[in-house]
Amino acid sequence: MSRQDSPPPVRADDPNAPVPDQAVLRPSIAELFRAFAGVSLSSFGGVLAWSRRMLVEDKRWMTAAEFNDVLALCQFLPGPNIVNVCAVFGVRVRGIAGALACLTGLLGPSIVLMIAAGTLYRSFGSLPELRGVLSGLAAAAAGMIIATAVQMAEPLRRFRPGPEHAVALAAFVAVGVLRLSLPLVLLVLVPASIGFAWRRVDEK
Amino acid sequence: MKSDPATLAALFLQFATLSLFAIGGASTAVPEMHRQTVEIAEWLTDRQFSELFAMAQAAPGPNVMFVALLGHFIAGVPGAVVATVAMCGPTCFLAYAVSRVFDRFRAARWRIAIQAGLVPVTVGLIAASALIIARAADHDVAGFAITAATFALVYWTRISPLVAFAAAALFGLGGFV
Repeated sequence: MSRQDSPPPVRADDPNAPVPDQAVLRPSIAELFRAFAGVSLSSFGGVLAWSRRMLVEDKRWMTAAEFNDVLALCQFLPGPNIVNVCAVFGVRVRGIAGALACLTGLLGPSIVLMIAAGTLYRSFGSLPELRGVLSGLAAAAAGMIIATAVQMAEPLRRFRPGPEHAVALAAFVAVGVLRLSLPLVLLVLVPASIGFAWRRVDEK
Repeated sequence: MKSDPATLAALFLQFATLSLFAIGGASTAVPEMHRQTVEIAEWLTDRQFSELFAMAQAAPGPNVMFVALLGHFIAGVPGAVVATVAMCGPTCFLAYAVSRVFDRFRAARWRIAIQAGLVPVTVGLIAASALIIARAADHDVAGFAITAATFALVYWTRISPLVAFAAAALFGLGGFV
């Protein structure tokens, strides 16, 4: 299971490909926990960039290509991407204990913070001063997620209006407007969308 | 808030199931979380949902920790832990299992097709999340203005979104929202 057994293939076209003899260090369990706890507490505005910086640049526990590979896998699979990256990385370097150290480091401080925030919200959330603050924050969060949606839609701009856009629109309307069950919507749209993509692979 | 075993079990089952349908990241599951906790179970209101979402976004840590805040609101400290474990546990196992064979299929046509096919669905779902949060959050002109300004800042500049959150909180404190 050790990373030395199976070095990940490096793509020739990858601009982030590492120099071949770059030293990659193997951390201890305690180091894993500390490093991810640090990421958890400092990662304002998105954990992805902070995790990458820690793993690849600061600690050199992964090469850029390894990180990209694991991230691509986790974006491909369901669930919280960076949490899954953390689990896959942890188990590769230190087995199950390593994964648990990474996960408790990443999630532990954050869950304590959330419980504290939730307790404050329950106790003081109805105070007039805080009502305004919360309304302001909620409006800002709406703007942020709209920006994320537009950024994520960018790959679709490469295509002329076609089935991909119909799928995106259908997912939006079915889940956002009609409020249909997500599993039900995915059951219909995912196979259809993969079918369209299957044909696109030919065209390339 | 009720942290009885039945509520915790229901919470676990909901989030564990949900996590397996969260394609492309935790944010795509926000509409389904809203549907199940606000519309079906009526554990919290639309407005509370959007405020908790905003608090989780403004805090450091993974975005998925919104589920801890949601779990805490519904079922206290056990709820926070149960929701987090349910949301992260099953998919971590899945990611580990698949990571052992994934490299073999790097160039496989079905893998490329699945990866490309998930993109439009993910885009639609994130847009749905945006709609649900915006609809719950923006009740007046000031709200819309903050949303628009935050969008502009995040989309067109490299300034940290935290600047927008801080400004929005100050606006709210001043009683403008």
